[in-house]
Amino acid sequence: MVGYAVELRAVWKRFLGPAGETVAAVKELSLQIADGEFFALLGPSGCGKTTTLRMVAGFELPSAGEVLIQGRPMGKTPPYQRPVNTVFQNYALFPHMTIGENVAFGLQMQKVGRQELQRRVGDALAMVRLSGFERRRPKQLSGGQQQRVALARALVNRPQVLLLDEPLGALDLKLRKEMQLELKKLQREVGITFVFVTHDQEEALTMSDRIAVMDAGVALQVGSATQIYEQPNCRFVADFIGETNFLEGNVQQLQGGQALVELPGGLLVWASMAQPVAVGKPVTVTVRPEKLTLRPLEAPLANQLQGQVVDQLYIGTDTHYSVRLASGQILRVREQNNLAALRQWAQPGDTVCVRFAAETASVLTG
Amino acid sequence: MFQLLRENRRWQGFLLILPALLVLGVLLVLPLGLTIVTSFAQRDVDGNVIYSFTLGNYWRLLGFTATGWDDLYLKILLRSLALAFQTTTIVLLLAYPLAYFIARAPQRRRNLLLFLVLVPLWTNFVIRIYAWVMILRSQGVLNTTLGAVAGLVGLPWQPLDLYPSQSAVLIGMVYEFLPFMILPVYTSLEKIEPALYEAAADLHANALQTFWRVTLPLSMPGVIAGTILTFVPVIGTFVVSDILGGRQVILVGNLVQRQFLDARDPPFGSAASIVLLGITLVLTLYYTRRFGLGEEIAAG
Repeated sequence: MVGYAVELRAVWKRFLGPAGETVAAVKELSLQIADGEFFALLGPSGCGKTTTLRMVAGFELPSAGEVLIQGRPMGKTPPYQRPVNTVFQNYALFPHMTIGENVAFGLQMQKVGRQELQRRVGDALAMVRLSGFERRRPKQLSGGQQQRVALARALVNRPQVLLLDEPLGALDLKLRKEMQLELKKLQREVGITFVFVTHDQEEALTMSDRIAVMDAGVALQVGSATQIYEQPNCRFVADFIGETNFLEGNVQQLQGGQALVELPGGLLVWASMAQPVAVGKPVTVTVRPEKLTLRPLEAPLANQLQGQVVDQLYIGTDTHYSVRLASGQILRVREQNNLAALRQWAQPGDTVCVRFAAETASVLTG
Repeated sequence: MFQLLRENRRWQGFLLILPALLVLGVLLVLPLGLTIVTSFAQRDVDGNVIYSFTLGNYWRLLGFTATGWDDLYLKILLRSLALAFQTTTIVLLLAYPLAYFIARAPQRRRNLLLFLVLVPLWTNFVIRIYAWVMILRSQGVLNTTLGAVAGLVGLPWQPLDLYPSQSAVLIGMVYEFLPFMILPVYTSLEKIEPALYEAAADLHANALQTFWRVTLPLSMPGVIAGTILTFVPVIGTFVVSDILGGRQVILVGNLVQRQFLDARDPPFGSAASIVLLGITLVLTLYYTRRFGLGEEIAAG
């Protein structure tokens, strides 16, 4: 039976630092990437995501642990013998070859017959809508076109896994949005496992089936876009993905998967537990701005915080508010302008209530 | 006048190239023209040039002399060509791996290594070639060292008869022109994006295939520049052959020098240098056309 397309078992990668010290870029990383999955490695620069990708490609060998591709341990297999192909960050197209020669390169190295080679090169270029560009040079193409050539050059080899290292990083915003959709569509068509490195959380959320959020060489959370956005399991993930508010407090009471947290100033809020917590422990409650609603001052209720509007920003679809709590902390609130006239009632200086449902807030340790 | 200069781009351009034009005109075009004219002239018994028009000097170079067939000068020409080809080939084979090694070394070590390549050039050229006499002569450094080693191991030892000889000239020229190959090859190797090597490996090319399909084609501008920088001076050299060949190894350069200084036959010397110039020009033009200098440099 074929297990996972890519599996990492307790993989470490240590480098020699500038002062001769050992630096661990990847720390005991274990991942299972299923066949046909669009998987993203997401994290800030220096988090070890690119090193992880390079270990799958074979450009780096793990210091410890094992990388398996389609269930086969890779050991010290060199890159050119691995059933994977890579789309490089700056495409790394061969400048002295035409587009056709670039795409044909991998097939020539694998001694594919001339007729089949020509057919597959033609198909690959058609797939990325670059038919007729065979005789051009990489320099004569725009960034987006070069990006598509890099894709064709990798996919023409029919790899079992396609690795993409920040493939859209060098494109401007509009083109990036287009390519995101195109990549996703392409992946569904070819059905190949895509492993994708990015630091752009929005890109990861829109494209991936599953995401591994990495920081300092560790995969903090692995899950679908919804899981990672709605149920972050730690403060870093909550903070890195989208915008959020943090409220520090102590656990007062536990009940049915929810915790009652006492905030500074004696305020009490209920929030769902992402991790097990114990009564009396210091915790952080995270709740995203769009889950908060503003109400005129009313009688105190649970999960209702009183504050003063300090800033209001109208951006068309939404209005963003900053509300200062009695403790001095600023909460960011985002309200949808379904009925614009009604929604913009809160003005800077007004005293208001901020409410949220217990299910939309998570309790995090640390 | 100034108004004209301010508005007319052609005049501005002309003014800018004027100094170079003067230098080239006085130091290149004029002497070259004189040489061409002289090569068709004759000399009288006292060694004075008589300006007339004769192809006699060229016929003599090709072997048709007044006293019958003599291929002395043809042999000199062929020897120079052969030596230039040998030198260039050996220099390329030695320089390329070294340039590759330097280009792939860590950034900080690269500068040190390049510095080491250039250090010998700080010493006068003639002194460095004389140093090779000290190394290669029968009682020199090389022979005494090899002799001592042979004595220790207990092998019979016959000193190598390297100096003076054509091999000594070859060694001297390889030594002299190595840096002129290393530097341009290094420059074009260093410009190759490391990701391209990884891309080749990723596309199932092994090390040898990567070299033939990626590294070598992308370093061709440096190889071409290096071969021209080596071949052209080597084919016209006379100092190295004079010192290390010990009057045995006569090249075109020596021929020209001796016709002017010793034999006092400037017309014949001029004809020899024009033939040398022609050969160099034809070979260089063929070479750059064949390997597409312009396009490679534009693409790199």
